[in-house]
Amino acid sequence: MTDKLVGTDDTETVMLPGNAACPGCGGSLAIRLALETLGKKTMVVVPACCMSVIEGLYPKSCFNVPIMNIAFASAGAAVSGLEAALKRRGDADETTILAFAGDGGTVDIGIQALSGAIERGHDFIYICYDNEAYMNTGIQRSGSTPYGAWTTTTPVGTNRHYKREFKKDIPSIIAAHNIPYMATASVGYPKDFQKKVKAAKDIKGPAFIQVHAPCPAGWKYEGRLSIKLARMAHACGMWKLFELKEGQTSIQRRPKAFEPIKPYVRAQGRFGHLNDEEISDMQERVDADIRDFYGIEGEIPVKEPKA
Amino acid sequence: MTTREFVTGNMAAAHGARLARTDVVPAYPITPQTQIVEHISEFVADGKMDCEFIRVESEHSAMAASIGAAFGGVRVFTATSSHGLAYMHEMLHWAAHARLPIVMGMVNRSMGPPWAIWSDHQDSISARDTGWIQLYVENNQEVLDTCIQAFKVAEHPDVQLPLFFCQDAFILSHTSAEVEMPDQAMVDRFIGKRKPLFKMDCDNPATFGNIMSPDYYMELKYQIEESMAAAKRVLVEVGKEFGDVFGRPYGLVEEYKCEDADAVLVAVGAVAGNARVAVDSLRKKGKNVGLLKLRSYRPFPDEDVRRLAAKVKTLAVLDRAMPMGARSQIASDIMAACYDMNDRPAIQSHVTGIGGREVSPAQIEAIGEKALKGGSSTHPTWLGLKEA
Repeated sequence: MTDKLVGTDDTETVMLPGNAACPGCGGSLAIRLALETLGKKTMVVVPACCMSVIEGLYPKSCFNVPIMNIAFASAGAAVSGLEAALKRRGDADETTILAFAGDGGTVDIGIQALSGAIERGHDFIYICYDNEAYMNTGIQRSGSTPYGAWTTTTPVGTNRHYKREFKKDIPSIIAAHNIPYMATASVGYPKDFQKKVKAAKDIKGPAFIQVHAPCPAGWKYEGRLSIKLARMAHACGMWKLFELKEGQTSIQRRPKAFEPIKPYVRAQGRFGHLNDEEISDMQERVDADIRDFYGIEGEIPVKEPKA
Repeated sequence: MTTREFVTGNMAAAHGARLARTDVVPAYPITPQTQIVEHISEFVADGKMDCEFIRVESEHSAMAASIGAAFGGVRVFTATSSHGLAYMHEMLHWAAHARLPIVMGMVNRSMGPPWAIWSDHQDSISARDTGWIQLYVENNQEVLDTCIQAFKVAEHPDVQLPLFFCQDAFILSHTSAEVEMPDQAMVDRFIGKRKPLFKMDCDNPATFGNIMSPDYYMELKYQIEESMAAAKRVLVEVGKEFGDVFGRPYGLVEEYKCEDADAVLVAVGAVAGNARVAVDSLRKKGKNVGLLKLRSYRPFPDEDVRRLAAKVKTLAVLDRAMPMGARSQIASDIMAACYDMNDRPAIQSHVTGIGGREVSPAQIEAIGEKALKGGSSTHPTWLGLKEA
């Protein structure tokens, strides 16, 4: 990784060293990268999610910007009210409002308030750090949990009761709002993520970023592998990097050839129950998705795994 | 310039929010509150009100956006009713715990199913324990006056709590009456600007509402209770000051013909209007019955109740809600307030006007007659209940 990060010399002024995240937490990395990009003139709204814990226990906090904690369903509504207040204070242009929410608070319980806020056109950035389950409550299935995953509410059991539904396509739902800016990102590619946060900041009106944030505790892998797993997800086509700006979609880091999903799946305990046949079924579904997204007709170029 | 206008209760609430120079109004329509939202929209569209009006997509978001705006340090008003209040229940707790002086116009309406749009107080009574100051009004003038006072009370440094004031569906909300519309400059002087004790501020960053251990949480709740106690004093101070400036004083309660009363009716909201008529009629017949109108339900005016209870034979309480499986709420509060008195009065409990059922002065007169006979009946009678 040779990419230079934005504002790394400014770290301590936005997110102080020491927080309550698990080692290897993709979510805490995502907010640090985002806040380093946005700077001190940022106000953050946090609904119930891992970040409510990562902040630290009262009276301490790891953040050096104002943080408003709000109920689970309400990030979109709270930023709407805060934006209106800043307009009244004459502070709306100078200050960036950031909602930072998990996938449950975005694609499930918070989707109504988020939809309303985008539709009304408030000026804010919404970052969903997607760790693909309700991790703060202890790994329960969300609408963003991928097909095949074990969670505590999709236990495998004797009936192979793992998650049988596909990940909710939140980018398409957000795009349907005619949002001025939307992007997906990954903590595996920090420079791309920070570029997108900067673009979101420069846009007037709502901006949405879904950032893939691997979770060692919930996906069942060693914390040191978070960045590697984030990159593997992208390399096998289970995560995509794209941007929707002024109605134009662009793809970032399009793989020349795709890794099979098997190494990514096998690296995580949450998929540990899947047999080879089930992984093959899953590969077929991922292939269909890759063809659709990258516009590939016929054979998908496959990269042979390194020996 | 003070004017006199013929307005509905809903219009009076909208004028109150306008005169208070509310900065942000996040609101969602629900019958019978809808007109408050419509009138404020019209004020904004016509340039008569300078505020950020957020047409939110639900009541839950109305209160969450109110919280977001109030955290921004500005003055916030919203309005709702019935299912809307129930839908925002989680955020009612949030607003109170966050110590945000949001003011809300409530229009009382029955809970469904079945769909019923007429007045009873089950909606607001069910929000009793959320930490909101909860007031009831009797007529459209009180709607306007209470809305103006509400900001001054809620934003008082010793209070810093959200407040909602309740008017009965249709009886007040959609019924026009003459209302004295105070002069804007006088209202400006009376309320002043909101001076938040804290706000979202990049120059003074703080984390609001992060996890709090059992080492601190209990004190947070205790401080709210202390502020509720302070609110009792502030409601009286502000009500008196309002009287000095605008000629209509307010307190926690209003006593009507109680000086020499043997029995006193206790009522809240619009029913108090009919109770007044009943008292007048009883008085003409030489029967010494008075009326205690509770204006403040939370904080509960124990002292006023006890002072009056010490003088009378019977308190007859008219609740307009029923908790199901226990005695009615206001009667229970009255009983609790009187429990440790040496010479407490008889208490008679009545559940009235559920789902908008009519409560006539004649029916209330009968309650007064019964009260004069004395004797406690703490399990409520259901006034006007049809025999099966």
